[in-house]
Parts: sequence; C-alpha cells; structure tokens
Amino acid sequence: MKIFKKAFSLLLVLTTLAVALCGCGGDKTGDSSSHITIGIPQDLEESLDPHKAVGAGTKEILFNIYEGLVKADKDGNLIPAVASNYEISEDGLTYTFTLREGVKFHDGSTVTAEDVLYSIERNADDGTGTALIPAFLNIADYKADGNNIVITLATPDPDFLQYMIMAIIPASNTDPDTNAIGTGPYKFVSRAAQENVILEAFDDYWGEKAYIKNVTLKICSSADTITTEMLGGSIDLFARITTAQAMQLENSDFTILEGTMNLVQAMYLNNGVAPFDDVRVRQALCYAVDPDAIIDLAFDGKGTPIGSSMFPAFSKYYLDELNDVYNVDYEKAKALLAEAGYPDGFTFTIRVPSNYQPHIDTAQVIVEQLKNIGVTAEIELIEWESWLSDVYSGRDFQATVIGVDASRMTARALLERFGSEAHNNFINFADERYDENLALALASVDDAKQVEYYKECERILTEDAANVYIQDLAELVAIRNSYTGYEFYPIYVMDIAKIKPVK
Amino acid sequence: MDKSKKSKFITGLVITGIIVLLTLWGMIKTPYDPYAMDSGAKFAKVSFSHFFGCDQFGRDVFSRVLIGIRETMFIAASVVFIGVFFGTILGMITGYFGGWLDEILMRFNDAMLAFPSILLALVIIGIFGPGKYQLIAALGIAFIPSFARVVRGEVLKIRNLDYVLSVKLYGASDLRILVVHILPNLKTVLLSTVIIGFNNAVLAEAGMSYLGIGVQPPEPSLGRMLSEAQAYIYTSPMSAIFPGLVIVLMILGFSLLGDTVGKKH
Amino acid sequence: MRYALRKIATMFITLFFVSVIVFFSFSLIPGSPAMNKLGTEATPESIKALEHEMGLDRPVAERYGKWLLGVVRGDFGKSYSYNQPVTKLIADKLGATLLLSVMAIAITILVSIPLGIFMARKSDTKLDIFLSGFNQLIMAVPSFFSGILITLIFGVVLRVFVPGGYISYKTSLIRCIGYLVFPAFAIALPKISMVSKLLKDTVMAESGKDYVRTAYSRGNRTKSVFYKHVLFNALIPVITFLGMAFADIIAGSIIVEQVFSVPGMGRILLSSISGRDYPVIEAIILLLAFFVVLSNLIVDLLYHKFDPRINV
Repeated sequence: MKIFKKAFSLLLVLTTLAVALCGCGGDKTGDSSSHITIGIPQDLEESLDPHKAVGAGTKEILFNIYEGLVKADKDGNLIPAVASNYEISEDGLTYTFTLREGVKFHDGSTVTAEDVLYSIERNADDGTGTALIPAFLNIADYKADGNNIVITLATPDPDFLQYMIMAIIPASNTDPDTNAIGTGPYKFVSRAAQENVILEAFDDYWGEKAYIKNVTLKICSSADTITTEMLGGSIDLFARITTAQAMQLENSDFTILEGTMNLVQAMYLNNGVAPFDDVRVRQALCYAVDPDAIIDLAFDGKGTPIGSSMFPAFSKYYLDELNDVYNVDYEKAKALLAEAGYPDGFTFTIRVPSNYQPHIDTAQVIVEQLKNIGVTAEIELIEWESWLSDVYSGRDFQATVIGVDASRMTARALLERFGSEAHNNFINFADERYDENLALALASVDDAKQVEYYKECERILTEDAANVYIQDLAELVAIRNSYTGYEFYPIYVMDIAKIKPVK
Repeated sequence: MDKSKKSKFITGLVITGIIVLLTLWGMIKTPYDPYAMDSGAKFAKVSFSHFFGCDQFGRDVFSRVLIGIRETMFIAASVVFIGVFFGTILGMITGYFGGWLDEILMRFNDAMLAFPSILLALVIIGIFGPGKYQLIAALGIAFIPSFARVVRGEVLKIRNLDYVLSVKLYGASDLRILVVHILPNLKTVLLSTVIIGFNNAVLAEAGMSYLGIGVQPPEPSLGRMLSEAQAYIYTSPMSAIFPGLVIVLMILGFSLLGDTVGKKH
Repeated sequence: MRYALRKIATMFITLFFVSVIVFFSFSLIPGSPAMNKLGTEATPESIKALEHEMGLDRPVAERYGKWLLGVVRGDFGKSYSYNQPVTKLIADKLGATLLLSVMAIAITILVSIPLGIFMARKSDTKLDIFLSGFNQLIMAVPSFFSGILITLIFGVVLRVFVPGGYISYKTSLIRCIGYLVFPAFAIALPKISMVSKLLKDTVMAESGKDYVRTAYSRGNRTKSVFYKHVLFNALIPVITFLGMAFADIIAGSIIVEQVFSVPGMGRILLSSISGRDYPVIEAIILLLAFFVVLSNLIVDLLYHKFDPRINV
C-alpha cells in the first residue's frame, strides 16, 4: 500500500506542477508589447530565394523581408523603395532609377548598384531565350551609372514598372536559398520545418520601422485546430479564415476584419486530358456549378462571383458581364454532355490541398451541384507540397480547386499563364485566338489598346470555359484585440510591419 | 461461463447489435440525404428532426453518422479479410513447411511487426497515395504479419499432433493435410484474432481518416467527421462528440465480445 | 550474457530488414524527387542534371549501400525538400515525440500499477465492478478522441492550458512538459486501463497459486507475501505488455500530436510522405523502428533476468 500511496502522491504533485506551470504560460500571452504569433496555413517553400518563390503563401511572407526598387502600397500604387525615385523617358524605353542613400541589407552591408544589377541578371535572359521573369526578355540593356540604374527596353511596355518590385538581394550572398538577406522591415532569423518561421524587426530599415519586434509565423497545417489555438491564446492573427471559423470567434477577444483576397478561385480543369479536352464538357460543368450557391452555402454569402481570370480589384480590366455567360441551366448542361458523348455523365477527381479549408468547402459544394447533371466528382485531399509538385508543376490532375493570385498589379500576371507555351500554364490551355490576343496585348504600347486585348483574352477564357470560375473570396482576418493596423492590399501580401500593439 | 463474463457477453452483444442495426439502417435509407446541403440548417442544434444536429453545410449529422458507420464497417471488414486471407496462407505455409522459407518470411514478418500497423500503413499510403481503397490495401497489408504470426504458431502446434502425423503416414498430400486437417483447427484462434483485428481496424481507419489520408470528403467517415467537427467545437461540440461516441461504442462492443469469445490476446 | 548478445544481434538483423523494406519500397514509387524539387522551373534537362547531382541515376542497390553506410555513421543524407541534413531537420522533432512517448509510458506506469493493485485488493466489491466497467469503456476511447475531449475540457472550458501553445523543450523543459502532460494523458488513458486490468488479473491468478497459500499458511504476514511473491511475479507479464505498448504509444503520439499541434515526427512524416522526401521518411521510419525494437530488447532482457528459465 505504501508504494501505491507514494506513486499516487507523486502523480498528484506532477499534475499540480504541470497545471501551475501552464498557468504561468497562459499569462504570458497577455504581454503583447513586442511579439506576435501569426498563423500561416503552410510552411514556406524549401527555398527562401525570392526569385524562385512560387506559392502565394511564401510570397506574402517574403514581402516583409525583401523589397524591390519600387514596392506596392495598400492602394495598389507603386512607391519608391530601394530606389528613391525613377524617371521614364518619353519614348517609354529608358527607365532610370536612383538608388536611395544608405539602404542597408540585413547583414549590415549597404545596397550598391552592383547588387541591383546582380538581381536583374538573375531574372533576365539566361542565354537560352528564357527568363525567370518573362517580361525581362524585353530588356535590351541594363547598366549602372554612378548611383543610377539605367534599363533600356527593346519595345515599350506600359507594365514594365510593375516588374521592378523584383527583390533586390546582395550579390555577395552565396546561399540565398537558406540565408535570406533582403532590405525589408523584417529580417529572417530561423525556421523549423513544418513548425515555425521566426522574423525580427530590422533596426536599420530605411523607412518607417516595424512596430513589433519579434514575429513568430506558426505553421498550422491542420485547419481543424486553428480556432482552438486562437481561442486558447497561441495565435494572435490568422489571415483568411472561413466564415464558419469566424463564427467560432464571436464573443472572443478577436476582431474579424473583412476585405477581399484578390484571387481567382475556380475549379481549374486540366484542358489537356479527357474529358476536359472537350470544350462542351467544360461548358457543361460551368452551367451546372452555381457560384452564388457556393458563396451562400460555404461562405455565408461573403464573396464576389467572377466569370473569368480577373477579379474586381483590377477594375481597369474587369468585365462584370462575364458572370452571366453561364447561368445555371441543367438541361443545357446535359445536352452538352450528351453531345460530347457523355449522356450518362462521367466520374472525375478534384484534387484539393488539404490545408485550405475554403477550397475544400467549395469542392464539397461543387460535388453536390454536379450530381444534378449526373457527373460524379470525387475529392482527393493532398498536402500542399504535393499539390505544388503534382498538380501545379507536374500537371497531373483532372480538376483542382484553388485560388490564383496576381503577384503584380497587372493583367499580365493573371493572363499570361494561359498562353499555350507558358511554363506555368498548369491547366494546359491552348487556344490560338488567345495566344494571338495575348501576344498583341504584350506587344502593345498603347494602354487603351492593351486593355482591350486583355479583355478579349478574358472573354476567350470564359467562352472556352477554360475553368469553372467561382469567386474572389472574401478575406476574413482574425486579429486579437490587443493588436491593430492590419492592412488589406490589392495583391496577396501580409504587411506585418504595419501591425502594432494597442496601447 | 461465469456471471461477470456472461454479463459482459450480453452487453457486448447488445452494443454490437445496435451498431449492426445502425449499419443496416444506413444501407437501406437515411433520414436525410447525407450529402444534401442546406444553408438554412447550418449548425442546427440537436432536435427531433435532426437527432445529432447539422454540420457546417447544414448536412444532417445523424444521416452522416449512419453512412460513416457503414463505411467504417466496410473498411474494417475488408481490412480484416485481406489480413486473415493472406496471413493464414502465409502462416500455414511457413508453419507447416518450415526451413529456409520460414526463416526468411518470418524475419521479414518480424521486421514488419517492428513498427506499429498505423505507421506501416502510413508508409504504404505514401506509396499508394491517399484514398479509401488505398487505405484498405494499406491497412490490409499492415495487418497480414500479425495474423501470419498467430496462424504459424498454431500450425506449429497442430503439425506435430499425433493424428496429423498419422494422416501423413497414410500418404495424404501436404495440401490435403493443410486444408482438411489443419485449417478447421485454426477456427478458434482465428475467431478471437479476427475480433481483435476488427477492433484494431476500426481504430486505425478512424485514425487515418482523422489524419486526412483515409476516406476523402464529402464521403463521411467517423474519423473524418471528428476532425472536421474539431474546427467548430466551440459552437457545436455535438458534431464532434457524436461521431466520437459512435467509434467508442463500436470498439467497446467488439472488445466485450472479443474478451468473452476465445482466449485473451 | 550469450542470451543478450544473441538478442542484440537479432535486433540488428530486424533493423536491417526494416531498412531494406523501407528503402526499396520507396524506390518503387513513381514520380521523381528531382522534379519535385525543381518545381515550375523544371525542364527535362534540368531534371536529368539534378537527378545526377542527387545520385538518383545510380542503380538502387548502389544507392542503398551508400545510404546504409551513411546511416551507420549517423548520417541520413540530405532532405530533398528542405535542403538541409535530415539529422538536423528531425533532431528536435524526434526529441518532442520521444519526450511525449516517454511521458505517456511514465503516466501509464504511475497510474496503472497502483490502480491494478488497488483493484485486485478490492476484487469483487462494488467499487471493483465499477472500476472494471469504467476501464472497459476507457479502453474503447481512441486517443485522438480523448485528446479532443481533453482540449475541450482543460483547454477551452477550464483554461488550464493553451491549446496549440507548445513550447519547445529547448526553450524550457519544464514548460514543455507542462504542455505535453495533456497529450501524454490522452495517449496513456487506454493503456492505463489495459495495464491495470492485466495487473489485476495476474495478481488474482498469482494469489491463488499453491506457493502463495503455503506462504500464508506458514503464518507470513499478508503484506510481505504480497509484495515479495505475488506482485513480483504478477509484474512480469505487465512488463512484457508495456514493451509492446511502447510501439503503440509511439504510433499513437503521431496522431495525438495532430490534435494538440505538437511539432513532432508526425507532422514532418505526413508532409514528407506527400512531398516524396524519401531521405526524411526513411530516417523517421528507421528511427521509430529502432526505438520500438530497442524497447522490445529491453523487455526481453528484463524478462530474462526475472525469469532465467525462459529460453527462446
């Protein structure tokens, strides 16, 4: 009996100890003066090299670490960053950027013209006629002139300045994959795979310094535990939660901010494989899927339906009427299927990344809607890493629900990918008329004409039913009441430097 | 059978009976279409029209649980079938013939047993990819070694029994001895192994689906429902608790039966 | 001593088989890790070049040999997707998972042994019947479900701990343990039921044996007989069971880690399985198998020490 008593009292002590210790841990979260934990739905990509980043989720974080000669502000304008100002010649061919005095890299060295040239070189023509940034193929010459960088284009490009948000990295950095050195308000400290990424405010930042000193980006690959962690106190901010998750946070110390995500959510169809290589099949799906019902069922009515690869924030290019091309019409859809040789429907698989609840929810509603025309869709959840490698790079899929963002404030960022030869044309879209219009748009010097060509591209995507377009998602940001200052951008970024603790 | 054993057996029988009835119910008709979404019924509370309430899409949780039980039973049964079928063949061959084949296969078997079936299944899922049928195959394969080991041990014992030896003297072929004389004797040991295996399969299925690599949405599975409901545990904890309780009941029923039928472990 | 040596040899043979199975099955998977790594920039030439660089164009047997040599020296190669040595990548995570598993087994022992003895002593009373029934119920609760309930009760309602607020043991071991107590309990619960039930059964069986009756009849005081003979003998099967349970506990922790967002081996295993990061998967599986086999070895040796008649 003695052993029993001893063991029991030991257990009791241990439990009390644990509880007491946790209690201390809990208090800590109230102290928010210079630390914030931000939940992110996936780990950053393997490489932190800003020129290699593919995923929007990686790029939105790198936004805080790296800057270009110019950078985007929250209104979608380009403001000088590493360059203090720029001039464009009247013929639109010569761009002259003046380096800002004394901009420091995170390693303490000063940004030089050489670093800028090096950064451009990495993205420009590699000698084989391809470039990391295709728009850079248009660069005829680039050189340094004292403190100025002079870039000369072969043909004028009204969008060119947009590409100068390209990150400036030090030429001396031999390992940009793991050693992230930029000029942004935050510097990279460390990362633990599938666990977290640590950032720290950069004291020598040239501009308005970040308010919060230490930032922990916590990787929450499981959508199921996010709300528990927020309410429990281990996450202070999570951008892009679902409406159902937001409901969980009612009456808590979280504020829900609402904006738009500025991305094109669609069921992307692999136009290169059967049955989606038949335009009639794709159109049939468009007639059967009802974006309004999806928004209503899965997003509590929050979200803007769209009809092509363009979202309303790009008002210059956006065509609202494309929303009405495919209004729900089951009879028409069935007729199209019959015509295409599928009178009894067919079965296909939708691959969805398992860490994005909004896309999973959307896919579930789509599966239901497609039953109305006898089409059976099966969902396959895959990890984000597999999505990138299999679906995006490998193009091994039939359909996928995802949001495609614009990394720059130009229509080109959204539309160039559907050119039949584009390396990131993951849906294998191929249409001669599209290629023609895209080429015309890219070559166009006149802004109004260029816009018209891009609009024509959008119409072709809709008519050809390249994808089943759904919506521009509402962006619900949950932020603890002890923080403020979250800003929505028209591109997919999270500006951590603007967030500040409430005094 | 003593008193406590008897009451255990009856409790187990009743619980399993309920589960079987629910399975049959799910096979015939569910109160609501388990996939039908209704924006008006999102997170509906527990009521007479929705026994278990509704989930985030307004789908009836009770109907989904019924289908989920059916799915889980189907998967567990398939897994046990694969495990028993191949495990018995493997165990009978190695146990009966012995020799180098036995040595190699059993080493291989030991290596497989060195890691728990869930881990093994994870690796196999890594090869096959996620999905319901992949899950069945993965768990099925993962279950073979333990069945093979039990059967082999039993065959080793039976092989040296007098009557088997005498049948052999009469010139019966190995195949005949295996099928006619040894196989029927495995019944008892197989029965309890099957029940334990069934239990483990239910548990493994729920666990894998909870991790998101088993049954894919929108198809309901108890494990999957549990993980989805975890996200909404504050406003509707019942959507998580009901599927969880059903898993508990399934396992409880079978383990009570398993304890009373045949030997322990 | 010879027995121990033989057991250790068997352990290494088993591990060798594990490594063969794991390595070769992952070589069969379609899909190129090189393409995975190159992402959108992949061209057939660059894939070939990278495959050459990664040594993937060599025959499987040669790759295996090279890998095994590395493993023996504690080098598991380089992760495909994180560009750093596997050892460095998983060291912390292995620590978290092992700490969690060890805590789970410690809790199991601390609770179940007194509980088992208590139940044996009170056998056939109402309390025992209640406890036995309760045990049977607990055994049927999967650890991820009890994990959710623990989160709900202790994390959300009582606010005793912060769900998801895992603190690395490198930052603060005590606070780390303070957090891991909850997942460890979720893992330990069903094991506690099983062990206490087993112990009760063996104690009961042992008490009924002739030698115990003889000891009693010689006028020995109950307590000393109980602890010297009954408990000692009854613990042998319990130790065997705990050895087997350790494997389950490690596997269980992989799932429960997800419930409590503990950044252990589970998360990285799941993501590397889908990211086809073979070196990481192989390392994790081999390490987990190593700990499982090691725990079995320890049990075998203990068993042998307690009861030298056993000869396998």
